[in-house]
Amino acid sequence: MIRVVLPAHLRALAKSDSEVQVEVEGRATIASVLDALEAKYPTLQGTIRDHVTRQRRPFVRFFACEEDWSHEPTDKALPEAVTNGSEPLLLVGAIAGG
Amino acid sequence: MSQVRVLVGTKKGAFVLSADGKREKWEVSGPHFGGWEIYHMKGSPADPNRLYASQSSGWFGQVIQRSNDGGKTWETMDNKFVYDGVPGTHQWYDGTAHPWEFKRVWHLEPSLTDPDTVYAGVEDAAIFRTADGGKSWQELPGLRAHGSGPHWQPGAGGMCLHTIILDPGNPQRMYIAISAAGAFRTDDGGATWQPINKGLVSNMMPDPKAEVGHCVHHVAMHRSRPDVLFMQKHWDVMRSDNAGDSWREVSGNLPTDFGFAIDVHAHEPETVFVVPIKSDSEHYPPEGKLRVFRSRTGGEEWEPLTNGLPQHDCYVNVLRDAMAVDSLDSCGVYFGTTGGQVYASPNGGDTWAPIVRDLPSVLSVEVQTLP
Repeated sequence: MIRVVLPAHLRALAKSDSEVQVEVEGRATIASVLDALEAKYPTLQGTIRDHVTRQRRPFVRFFACEEDWSHEPTDKALPEAVTNGSEPLLLVGAIAGG
Repeated sequence: MSQVRVLVGTKKGAFVLSADGKREKWEVSGPHFGGWEIYHMKGSPADPNRLYASQSSGWFGQVIQRSNDGGKTWETMDNKFVYDGVPGTHQWYDGTAHPWEFKRVWHLEPSLTDPDTVYAGVEDAAIFRTADGGKSWQELPGLRAHGSGPHWQPGAGGMCLHTIILDPGNPQRMYIAISAAGAFRTDDGGATWQPINKGLVSNMMPDPKAEVGHCVHHVAMHRSRPDVLFMQKHWDVMRSDNAGDSWREVSGNLPTDFGFAIDVHAHEPETVFVVPIKSDSEHYPPEGKLRVFRSRTGGEEWEPLTNGLPQHDCYVNVLRDAMAVDSLDSCGVYFGTTGGQVYASPNGGDTWAPIVRDLPSVLSVEVQTLP
């Protein structure tokens, strides 16, 4: 079970609590967690990464275990603490704009 | 007794303003989708309780919302706007080739007869259609396939398809407008399109009378005369009497012919409303006076409408999709400002009063007249 913390606007779209849980088969990576998240909450499709390019939206960041994973390869294995559910993967809306 | 429902899209959410036919006491509902930009919200003429809203943000991209109960509850719909085939390139601001990239939906135009069919005008400019109530969207690729597509260039606000007009007498005919490519028409339900910009003169262009490249801000039509179109261009108010085949300027005695919004009276096809804005670099009313100008002669002769509008120290803008009319016997006229006011006139523009004064910056205003 992977824990994922959503920013407020995505929480509203998903009609979920701030933290959600998803199941990932095999190795947990940014890509596989997002696949599972979008499958469980289809209204989040296209809001975290582009529908076509699958690239992270520029103002969305990924953090895990106090490290910025935004620029890591999306197929890189997430830390064990995220995989075993003791730490969440954080999706963060950048502090920007007006 | 009849009712009106004013659908207001703002930079930080959607609002629904409701009143009875007197249009004196208003109920305000919202913000819906607080914190998100609502570029446009519009109801289906075939089922007024079916509403569609374009919700977007710089963080999380595009979302489409649908309501089946007049805006009380909303359902998130498909947001996958994927260009047909290889998107190709258009011109960037510096004239270099730039790939077509979807950014947002500027305008949603529901079908006149089918609540599940809606057209979406998007940035970068293209037109999409859903026939299943927003569950999926498909591009009508014939527009971008018009040979001029690689020469289109964005206006300051982006290369947006912001206006979609459906011909009530001919379901095969539609008009659209793009900043800054110009106006186009289809006569075969969107399969093929032709530019309709003859008569437009844009002096900032290398060829001021080019077939495409004009910064058309908005176009309006009266449903009883679908061949007569009124246009607010970047500069110039224009009129066509032949479905856009040719245009003539009708700016007449306007204090400035720059502006964004334009609309036509519900019952008087020759009565037109515009909100003159000082210039393209000063997006506020001239002299700090917020004035709607009305022509009862289809253009050329314009009168200022000021009763109830601020006549000093007013420096707001009225954006292209932020004016609408209702169809009650005494035609109501509505517009929203970048300062967050929504003004209503229950008498065709003679007098005005604010419905609300302190919303976020208003991006769009639509009105539904309900039985």
